[in-house]
Formats: sequence, structure tokens, C-alpha cells
Amino acid sequence: MTTDKDNLRTKIQAAIQSQKRPTVTVLSSLLAIQDSIGYIPEEAIEEVAVNSNTSINSVFGVASFYPNFRFTPPGEHSVEVCWGPTCHLKGATEVLESVLEKLGLDSEGDTDDGKVSFRFNTCLGACSQAPVISVDHELYGNAKPDIIPNLLGSLHEKENHHQ
Amino acid sequence: MKYEEITSQATAEWADMTSGRVPLIRIGTAMCGHAAGAFRVVKALRKCLESKGIEANIQEVGCLGLCYAEPLLDIKKEGKSRLFFNNVTPEEVEYIVDEYLLKEGYPKEKVFGYIGEEGPVSGEDSLEMLPGLKLQHRIALRNAGHTSPYDINQYIANGGYSGLYKALTEMSPSEVIDEVKNSGLRGRGGAAFPTGVKWSFLVGSPGPTKYILCNCEEGDPGAYNDKGILESDPHTLLEGLAIAGYATGASNGIVFIRHGHDGPIERTEKAIEQAYDLGLIGNNILGTDFSFDIEVALTGESYVAGEETALMEAVEGKRAMPRFRPPFPAAFGVWGKPSNINNVKSLSYAPEIISKGADWFSSIGVNQSTGTAIVCLSGDVNRPGLYEVPMGLTLGEVIDDLGGGVTDNAQLKLLQTGGPLGGVLGPDSKDIHIDFDEMRSAGAIFGSGGIIVGSDKVCAVDLTRILVAFCQFESCGKCFPCRLGMEHLLEIVERISNCDSKPGDMDLMKSIGGTMEAGSLCGHGQLGFGPIRSAITHFEEDFRLHIEENRCPTGSCDRLKIVPKNTRPYATDHIAGE
Ligand SMILES: Cc1cc2nc3c(=O)[nH]c(=O)nc-3n(C[C@H](O)[C@H](O)[C@H](O)COP(=O)(O)O)c2cc1C
Ligand code: SF4
Ligand code: FES
Ligand code: FES
Repeated sequence: MTTDKDNLRTKIQAAIQSQKRPTVTVLSSLLAIQDSIGYIPEEAIEEVAVNSNTSINSVFGVASFYPNFRFTPPGEHSVEVCWGPTCHLKGATEVLESVLEKLGLDSEGDTDDGKVSFRFNTCLGACSQAPVISVDHELYGNAKPDIIPNLLGSLHEKENHHQ
Repeated sequence: MKYEEITSQATAEWADMTSGRVPLIRIGTAMCGHAAGAFRVVKALRKCLESKGIEANIQEVGCLGLCYAEPLLDIKKEGKSRLFFNNVTPEEVEYIVDEYLLKEGYPKEKVFGYIGEEGPVSGEDSLEMLPGLKLQHRIALRNAGHTSPYDINQYIANGGYSGLYKALTEMSPSEVIDEVKNSGLRGRGGAAFPTGVKWSFLVGSPGPTKYILCNCEEGDPGAYNDKGILESDPHTLLEGLAIAGYATGASNGIVFIRHGHDGPIERTEKAIEQAYDLGLIGNNILGTDFSFDIEVALTGESYVAGEETALMEAVEGKRAMPRFRPPFPAAFGVWGKPSNINNVKSLSYAPEIISKGADWFSSIGVNQSTGTAIVCLSGDVNRPGLYEVPMGLTLGEVIDDLGGGVTDNAQLKLLQTGGPLGGVLGPDSKDIHIDFDEMRSAGAIFGSGGIIVGSDKVCAVDLTRILVAFCQFESCGKCFPCRLGMEHLLEIVERISNCDSKPGDMDLMKSIGGTMEAGSLCGHGQLGFGPIRSAITHFEEDFRLHIEENRCPTGSCDRLKIVPKNTRPYATDHIAGE
């Protein structure tokens, strides 16, 4: 009988093996795993270390360096608020307040029901539409605080469609 | 296939597509269009055309640069000019389709302007007369908004790969380098180092494996021109990379893009695939004995990964921490092989420089800043955009003529240029020219082209706090002046912003800044004091009010202040077992 742990390892190995870009590294493998299962469990660190013929320590060194990696399963939905200077000038703080209130959070993290993961983004790359937020990887520009309740309101019921 | 066969097929396809025989609908879906809702418009459009049984050719394209008008829809019908519709919402799609495609009428409520030799469709103005297009001189972005990034033939039909063909068939590698040197092209990644000179460093390095790395980390908030090129016209970069490869005798190109920037990644990879299929990259390009491979590599989120030696570490899959120099990249680069690093924009100019010549390129621009500036104009301006303009325009022309002035008729208070390591300028900076050297002597830099405009509702202390928080968040931690200095600076700026400063804080900041400048390993720490220094020079009064009168002149500092903190476990102790 296969356990959940075995399953996880199978998925991790599949993610490592399925990389299409010619250059495979510790970083590219970690990114592929996070894309596939949404986070970097301990098993992933171990598998990447074996696959890249390096130590667990150095793989964790890489994973802990880049803030886009997370080490616990993510919520079904992702919300990101840009805190870059343009967005800041254009009212990102008010948008942030509205998002935190709607999600019941104080700062970055996951909602109590585990459905939504919230984080900051240093620049979502659409500064000319500031302030910008991202919901399940869809960008919303000119995001005024009053659109937030509607935009995020349905997330708790919504199917996850971003994977 | 022979080059002539490739071009004649592409030209025929292009002529047919742009005849409008089947209505051609173009819509900008780069990140900026995406944020403005372009994908929702495309979805509504497909649904609407299908339900009404209308045949049309929908092409997702990149940026004309008029961000303020996105989503921008462009319909070309047979015998008519291209008709543009601005700020289209999914709800408005049906009106436009009904009026213009179904009833052969004129959806005048939504018309923005026309482009085309056929003249106005029904009395509307030419889009090319708008300052946002008239003032542009598009070289790297020449095809942006016109051709699909997903179709190599559209690039080829517009002269694409003719620069590479010319280089391979008519020029020696050293002639290519001389052409780039003579064009005066300087790197657009921040340091403005002459590109041709940099290429020449790689020539003498031993092969056979040598790399040209293209830097599209673009972690600077406020800059989106590199991503804009990749999303609009990735082939101009690929062609430029191949030209650089030929000139320097390199064997491989790597385009380095940040994970999560899906549009640029997807479009670049698709472009690479198509270029391989036509033999424009790969073995024996266009039947010559030049071979060159190109691939995409991703980095995790790290601003410092854009620093050239940190980039090489990240390509190797490690933490993006800068290396000590020497050895320099041309001697010991990625995987120890000779390497050259260029920004996306720098490389994207190469095809046109080779096609049209060094003299043509150097005739554009001013002084030692030849060619164009690709400006990302954002913030408190009426017409934010992605504008490619000749070097030498003044900042005032950029803000007022291109940008349509400050929003809500407010006064201009500040400009933040050159990214988070750049500087902050005051309202008296309108006469400064976009010229690498003039901007540097003004205490700012042009950097990679971001210009963020702040009105008089902006508090300079508050903005400085965000810039310093960014620099602290992104410090890689390798060297202590930057790692500790940034943290200390942030602490001080935060307490000034909280009207809770301590006596001597201003001097303390200067002293920490001096240490960082003198003792940091890379540009991040060496330049990281720049924003504070320029802010306290130009906005002393804002700082004084917080410190002496315990108040923020605009109320900005009274709002919620949460920023993400750098939580990187610092190098050595964490991987102590190594
Ligand atoms: C902290 C830091 C971040 C940088 N980020 C970028 C970047 O995102 N893109 C870029 O092209 N250059 C960046 N640079 C500059 C590069 O080190 C390098 O100078 C540049 O890519 C060279 O290209 P160029 O000669 O074409 O300008 C950065 C430099 C520093 C110090
Ligand atoms: S200056 Fe800062 S970013 Fe650069 S190596 Fe040192 S700690 Fe890292
Ligand atoms: S600063 Fe927010 S999208 Fe760039
Ligand atoms: S139109 Fe592409 S960046 Fe705005």
C-alpha cells in the first residue's frame, strides 16, 4: 500500500524529472516542485539533494534564500498585493488594509480556514496600472479598496482554477 | 530553408493577414494590458464572435506604450485603416463588434484613433499624432503592438533577422563589434557601460564554450521595459543575442527571467522554439558555420540576482549572492566559462544597429548617450506609459508632454528615477536631460528607465521608507556593511517616519551610508544609500518636520505601515555543515 508520504515523493520526483529546460539545477528543480505541488516539503529538499548530488543543507540554503518558496502547503487561492513604490504612491496601503480586513489577517500568511494565502509582491510588473494586486495569478490594476470585498468575497467558495 | 524562402513566405503571410480580408483584431496582452483587464476582454471577444458567427483573426500583441489606454483593441478591416478602441471593458465588446463588424457601422462612442494609409475611418484623429506616439522613436520596440510575439513570421516580414543575416554573410565578427562600438550604444541595465567594448572583452577568452547571458531579472519596482520587450517582440532580443554570440565567438545564450513572470517566459520560450525550427538559431545558422544555442533559465525572487555575478550563481542554481571580482566574467563566468552579461534592451538594439549602421544609431540621442531611452513612466501622471524616446528629452517633456502632467492638477513634488538604488529628484529637475551622465551628476541615475512621478500629496519620508525597506528586504546578506547597514537605516527611517527620531539620526544615517558605500561587495550596498542621500538633499524640509515638529506634512506617515522583512537565514551559519 502506498502512503501519502510515498505519493508526495512520487510527485516530487515527477516534477524534477519533467523539467523541459535544458539546464537542470537545484534552483530549477525547486521551482519545478513548487509549481507542481505548491510548496517545498522536507521530502523535496531531500529528493533534490539526491538528484543534484549535493547536501540537504545546501539545498535548503537555496530554498530559504528566495522568498517565493514556501515550506507549508499553500491555500487554494493566492492573493498578492504589490508594495512597490509606484503602487505605494497610488494607494496600495488602503488596498492592503482592505485585503487584510477581508481575509482576517494582520500581515502575510494564510487565512484561518487555510483557503487563501496572502503575500506581498515587490512589483507585479504593471506599475502603470498601479495599484496592482494579483488574485490566483490574475492581475487587477487600478485596484481601489472598495473592489476588494467583491473580488475576494467569492474566493472561499470558488473552485481552485489556477493550477 | 534558405533565408530568401523564409522571408518571402513570411512577407506573403503578413500581406494577407494585414489586408484585413479576414478582419484582423489585435489586442495588447502584456502584463500592463493584463492588469488593465485585457484577458477578460479577449475572453468576451471570442465568445461574442463565436455566438454571432463572425470570422475574425484575433492576435494577442504587446505594447504600443500607451498604458493609460489599455486594454487597447485594434481592428483592421479590408480597405480601412486600423481603428483603435481604448480602455475597453468586457461589457463594451459586444457594442464594438455589433457596430463595426456586424452592421458595418462606426462605434463612435469607443473610438480612440486610427493608424493607416487609408486615412480616418470616419473622421477620427490619427493615433500617431498623439504625443504618446509622436514623441516616440521606437527602435527596440519597433514592432511592439504591431506584430504577434507568438509568430516568428510576423517578425521576419518586418525585416526580422536581416541584421543577423547581414552580420553572418557580409561582416566579420570584429566588424560587428566595431559597428556596435561606433554606435555609441551603452548598456541599459544600469551602469551604462559601452556594449561594444564589453563584447570585445569576451573575444579573446578561450572557447569553445562561452556564454552571452541576457539579464531580464528586472526586479526594480517601477521598471517594466525588459519584460515589455520580451512580451511584445522577443525575437528582437533573440536576434540581438545571436549577433552578440557571433561577434564574440560565444556558443550559448541564456535568457534569465524571474519565475512568476509567465508572459515574458512563455513568449520567449515559444520564440526560441520557432527560431530553432527555421534554423535561425542552433547549428549552422542560415547555412553558415556559426552555431549558437539559446535557452531560458529562471531565478527565484531576488533583486540582487540581477547583479551580474549573482546572476551567474543563480544560473548555476545557487543562492543569488555576488562573487568577488576579479576574476571578471569574461575570464571566469557561469560554470567557470567565459561569459558576457547584457541587459535585454542593450541586446535588443543590436539588430537595428547592424541593419541600419552605427551612424544612424549615433545620430539619435545626445552627447555620450546615443539612441533611445525606454522610459517606464508611472505614478501621479495622467498618461503613464512605456515610451521609447530619443535620449536627450528633458524630464519636463517626459512628464508634461508624454505624461500629460501631474494627475488631479496637483503640483509636481518629486521624481524617483533609476530604480530603488537610484535617486529622488525635486520639482526643479524638469530641465534635466535624459542623458546618462547628466542624470548621474544631478544625483539620480537613469538606470533601467523607471521614472516614478509623485505629486505634492506624497511625503518624501514615506517614500524613502518604502525604498529603504525594499533595499533591506533584498539585501543578499553576503557582506555585513550592507546586511546590517540596510537594517539599521530602515530602523532609523522608520522612526523618523513615526515622528520618534533620536537626536543625531540624520548624521548617523550618513555615517552608515558612507560605510556601506566604502565597504560593500556589490552595487546593492554601494548604491543603497543613494535614495536617502538624494531625499535628504532635496526634501530636507519633510525630514525636518518629522524630526522637529513631530508631524508628517501630508499625513502619509500616519497610515498603516507593514512591509515584508528580510527573513533570509544568513549564509554561513545555516550551511555551516558544508
Ligand atoms: C543589485 C543590482 C541589481 C541589478 N539588477 C539588474 C537587472 O535586474 N537587470 C539588468 O539588466 N541589470 C541589473 N543590474 C546591473 C547588472 O549588474 C549589469 O551591470 C547589467 O546587466 C549589464 O548589462 P548592460 O551592460 O547591458 O547594461 C543590477 C545591478 C545590481 C548591483
Ligand atoms: S552589498 Fe548587499 S547585496 Fe551586495 S553582496 Fe553585499 S550583502 Fe549582498
Ligand atoms: S510597483 Fe506595483 S506593479 Fe510595479
Ligand atoms: S502598454 Fe505594455 S507596458 Fe503598458
